Amino acid sequence: MGSEAPRTLFDKVWDAHTVLSREDGQSLLWIDRHFVHEGSHHAFGQIAARGAGVARPDRTFGVADHYVPTRGRDTAIANEAVRRMVARLDDNTRAHGIRLFGLRDPRQGIVHVVGPEQGLTLPGLTIVCGDSHTSTHGAFGAIAFGIGASDVAHVLMTQTLWQRRPKRMLVHVDGRAGPGVAAKDIALSIVARIGADGAQGHAIEYAGSAIRALSMEGRMTLCNLSVECGARCGMVAPDATTLAFVRGRPGTPDGDILARAEMAWHALPSDADAAFDQVVTLDATQIAPVVTWGTNPEDAVSITARLPDPAAIADAGRAAHVRDALAYMGLAPGQSVTDIRVDRVFIGSCTNSRIEDLRAAAAVLAGRVACVPGLVSPGSSLVKRQAEQEGLDRIFTAAGLEWAESGCSMCVGMNGDVVAPGERCASTTNRNFKGRQGPGARTHLMSPAMAAAACVTGHLTDARALLEGRW
Amino acid sequence: MQAFTRLTATACPLPLSGIDTDQLIPARFMSRARADGYGGHLLYDLRFRDDGTPIEDFPLNHPERAGARILVARRSFGTGSSREAAVYALVDYGVRCVVAPSFGDIFAANAVNNGLLPSRVEESDGERLLRLLATGITQITIDLENCQIHAEDTVMPFVIDPVWRTKLLNGWDDIDLTMSRLPEIRAFAAEDATRRPWAQPRAIHDTPSVSTNGPQPV
Repeated sequence: MGSEAPRTLFDKVWDAHTVLSREDGQSLLWIDRHFVHEGSHHAFGQIAARGAGVARPDRTFGVADHYVPTRGRDTAIANEAVRRMVARLDDNTRAHGIRLFGLRDPRQGIVHVVGPEQGLTLPGLTIVCGDSHTSTHGAFGAIAFGIGASDVAHVLMTQTLWQRRPKRMLVHVDGRAGPGVAAKDIALSIVARIGADGAQGHAIEYAGSAIRALSMEGRMTLCNLSVECGARCGMVAPDATTLAFVRGRPGTPDGDILARAEMAWHALPSDADAAFDQVVTLDATQIAPVVTWGTNPEDAVSITARLPDPAAIADAGRAAHVRDALAYMGLAPGQSVTDIRVDRVFIGSCTNSRIEDLRAAAAVLAGRVACVPGLVSPGSSLVKRQAEQEGLDRIFTAAGLEWAESGCSMCVGMNGDVVAPGERCASTTNRNFKGRQGPGARTHLMSPAMAAAACVTGHLTDARALLEGRW
Repeated sequence: MQAFTRLTATACPLPLSGIDTDQLIPARFMSRARADGYGGHLLYDLRFRDDGTPIEDFPLNHPERAGARILVARRSFGTGSSREAAVYALVDYGVRCVVAPSFGDIFAANAVNNGLLPSRVEESDGERLLRLLATGITQITIDLENCQIHAEDTVMPFVIDPVWRTKLLNGWDDIDLTMSRLPEIRAFAAEDATRRPWAQPRAIHDTPSVSTNGPQPV
């Protein structure tokens, strides 16, 4: 021992997957898991055009999530384009012998919820999917990232991908987050600190006592948002919390193979003296619930803050963005965040739709009544069932929210769940881009507890006040 | 794939930061087949009003920017969703190069896979180029051999990953190259199956297991 250079978690996983490296810096990486969804149709079209097949259907899994309806699943899908997208995934996965968690499967859900839930996401793997929020799976100590259709086709045909090794960034968050402060608040604080392109070209490792204290659900929320600061991927080193989550799931190995796996996983955390290209530190005790006010996740501030004034910003590009974002959002410079009224609430998406998220929202809503419409779409059909066993669905419906089926739903609006033009939505999703939730829609990102609080009061609200005595 | 060496064409300024892929191609247009073309929907909600009429003061709709093949934008171009359709929209519209201080990682990779050059410039050079275009210049030259942008008498450098530059200059795509390495891939897979047997997914049965072993209700 001792002769090898110290390595990061990222480097250990990367090195174990390098089929070959070229002098020009490109590595051919072996891919352990490949998830496909309705939006993967372009890639299937590309392999069909080449007359090629799928190299490793045993490593490829289909999940219907982007276009699936969240209501009325007992009848045929009325929208022709949506129906065609869902049917095309059925056809493509069947033709290539790929296991599909389709619309009518009791395990159907959002790909980044289903993978971990089914034990397909494990520490030390490489995981790709034609979806940028594939970074979610990094919560387990996997290298997981989103790719475009041409790269999806490349993985389908070869089970490999050409990549340049990114730089490494350590995001260190110490201290105990206060009650009512969630992983989403930590994640948005990080994005606000380093900016939408601040981690570009980097693989992030999250570490520190505040990260260790997070559940797997919280770590998934955190890694999910890595892509919103431009990172290639985000990772958390596997520990006892990780092992407790993965053991006993359908795809997780068992017996001797699991014992071997756990030995390998124990060696994954970064060596003590491993070097990072950049280090960012945050103090969790200073983080309050966070909301976004603008049109990029980096436009995030504490619920106790006021909106920025472009006239007071020296940087011309930033000032132009703030001016444009405030105009799109229909907000005034210097306005108090808590004065912003909302028209509706959405609780769901690959960022915040797991059981812990639904419990956090329900803790705020129990015994209260919503004053604006709200839609709750659980992360998977199994999460839905568990929430119903816990009675959470009754808390939501008693408060006046709609309890729907699982899918990407109003996060991306592909299935028709959209926010109307000009409407303002308090949303647990990941992107507040212009038109993301529908043309002209105005999105404020926040945690599930904060979205629930906005639902109760009709304006952006510090959820901590509504949680007193409840946690 | 079409090679890219040197391009002199109309450039259109888009003095916005964070032109994400949701704006480049709104989600509602993404169920189209590739053959149907995506160019008509490029930046749709910025180019057109609700009734489908063009927004006259959006730069791409200015008559002197008609047929633009180069876009010049501010930072964080193409961030967000991995949708390759954002690149299809640009390419089908006729765009071959986007100049910006930073790009979304996945977008940039998708661009190169479709022969579209993501040309990264210093922020100060980007602002200078935007100011030049604002004076009414339309034609600029992108020289990929020398990684330079020429706008009238001004010359500024840009950067691109050298591997991507080579791919673009030659019009190569990855798959043929990878196929030539199949023996190495097969050898790796065989060795890996022994080294990491746990990485092979267990068969998941058709009867779903109810158990999610997550935290139990309190």
